[in-house]
Amino acid sequence: MTEGYNFAYLDEQTKRMIRRALLKAVAIPGHQVPFGSREMPLPYGWGTGGIQVTASILGTNDVLKVIDQGADDTTNAVSIRRFFARTADVATTTHTADATVIQTRHRIPEKTLRDNQIIVYQVPQPEPLYRLESSRVETRRMHGLADYGLMHVKLYEDVARFGQISISYDYPVLVNQRYLMSPSPIPAFDNPKMDRMPALQLFGAGREKRIYAIPPWTAVRSLDFDDHPFRAINASEPCGLCGATDSYLDEVVIDDRGGRLFVCSDTDHCAERRAAGHIGKDGFAEAAE
Amino acid sequence: MYVTVKGGEKAIDAAHAWLAEERRGDRSVPELSIDQIAEQLGRSVDRVMGEGSCYDRGLAALAIKQSQGDLIEAAFLLRAYRTTLPRFAHSLPVNTSAMRAERRISAIFKDLPGGQILGPTYDYTHRLLDFALAAGGPVPQVPVAEPDGAVLPRVPDILGREGLLEPDVSSDAVPGDLTREPLMFPAGRDVRLQALARGDEGFLLALGYSTQRGYGGSHPFAGEIRMGEVAVEIEPAELGFAIDIGDIVVTECQMVNQFKGSKTVPAQFTRGYGLVFGFSERKAMAMALVDRAMRAAELGEELTAPAQNVEFVLYHSDNIEATGFTEHLKLPHYVDFQSELQNVRRMREAAE
Repeated sequence: MTEGYNFAYLDEQTKRMIRRALLKAVAIPGHQVPFGSREMPLPYGWGTGGIQVTASILGTNDVLKVIDQGADDTTNAVSIRRFFARTADVATTTHTADATVIQTRHRIPEKTLRDNQIIVYQVPQPEPLYRLESSRVETRRMHGLADYGLMHVKLYEDVARFGQISISYDYPVLVNQRYLMSPSPIPAFDNPKMDRMPALQLFGAGREKRIYAIPPWTAVRSLDFDDHPFRAINASEPCGLCGATDSYLDEVVIDDRGGRLFVCSDTDHCAERRAAGHIGKDGFAEAAE
Repeated sequence: MYVTVKGGEKAIDAAHAWLAEERRGDRSVPELSIDQIAEQLGRSVDRVMGEGSCYDRGLAALAIKQSQGDLIEAAFLLRAYRTTLPRFAHSLPVNTSAMRAERRISAIFKDLPGGQILGPTYDYTHRLLDFALAAGGPVPQVPVAEPDGAVLPRVPDILGREGLLEPDVSSDAVPGDLTREPLMFPAGRDVRLQALARGDEGFLLALGYSTQRGYGGSHPFAGEIRMGEVAVEIEPAELGFAIDIGDIVVTECQMVNQFKGSKTVPAQFTRGYGLVFGFSERKAMAMALVDRAMRAAELGEELTAPAQNVEFVLYHSDNIEATGFTEHLKLPHYVDFQSELQNVRRMREAAE
């Protein structure tokens, strides 16, 4: 463990301040709670909000998983996992099922989370209305009055112009039938997983200095219209490596002649399936260890 | 055959090693020392202390060395260190009229009590590359005068006596602190000035400049600029009196701006204020211009320009926040991009 710093880097007073913000956030699902975000040794925009939330809830017995784009081995996920291994000496894992705390950027794992797990989202822009109204003074007023007409008009205009709602990620949701919330830039494919999730969902936006939360089993509805219901998009093929048809897929360019390979974005999910003997059309049998 | 990419960990280690190698450069060239940076790159050190919000020349110099002279990166290093420090006390307001000034100029009075002191300025240098510096060599002798002990009254105080300048209101309220509490609106002048003092020099320079070119003009005059050492004092509760904990160098700028008056206030001059660590005159002046511009609403002026929009200025002045979010675009976004790809394909199908 790195000498000279407190457990999980932040001092206990700061953690307490963040936990208070978290409690308030859990008590008012989907409401953005301002908090005294600290400068972290990682850059703003690279997960400082998620890191502060994780640092405040982490205990010595926790097992931490960190993913970015669904993968455990992307450089920023590696960097954040190392940060906590260095400053908190906690056990880390890549297996979704083994983790007690999962910090994520842009994805929700495919495996259903349990009620003894917490998922921490890194949030670049907590304000779901920011593209429609740039003043935070004004958007705070709109949230206070649940004045979300502007967002409905935007969705309606999408339908009028394109015949469908054109938002494919960071798709706005209504939490507990009250607050409009940004689910962070996860693909709309992941939105349904948030609804009545058994795990506690915490959101940290460091640069914008906001924390919000969804308590377990809370209703989370993706905004839509009766005649244009919410529809998640995904590639139409199965995973090339494990053959999964129900997971979110990344598109990999494999040659310069238009060749494409679709593979699970959730690397743990894919590896687990392959270990269990599922092989996709471009896959190969796992070598026996 | 496609194998999922592994090796983020190895790549990071290798990148860090390469970085250290590149930072050192050609080993036949002597290595820079912290002292050399602190002594010979003083203006860089000043800027890093200001934007890093931490007055420590040695640490700022180290940050500059560690970041290969990338001053925003250096300010970031200093800030990340600063947040881990315990807070013992708040200082009392520094008294800049008791400054041991190295420089003091006024652009609105030809002469004034205490006189004009040019100080170590680049203002009247001819910007000709000095090839003698490249060769290295003796530094010319500096004439030294005895301190005359003259008192330097602040120019705004001189104007204030006649009631021509709006009075400065003092307050016993505890000033806000952006490093502890999130920015909220309406933001008081204390918080605005803190944000500007920590703000990016380039951003403030451009905004201040824009007010001079008609985007929210406020007819500024440089009432006074002074730079020098001031004492920092704290008053521990258990002592009940102030104690001096050290001296810092600051640059202060008092802009005097035209104001035509309103229904309730007669015509008088108004203030814009800038105060920055170290010798950072450009930043202090820009800060004073932007401070005044942000007071437009309070003074009943029409809000038309970016520099007058408090939310816009305060949310975008911090270069540590700005650089982080701008540069985060190089992190992987392939999940979102993939969803956009599918979306565009779907929309094109629908159109055909």
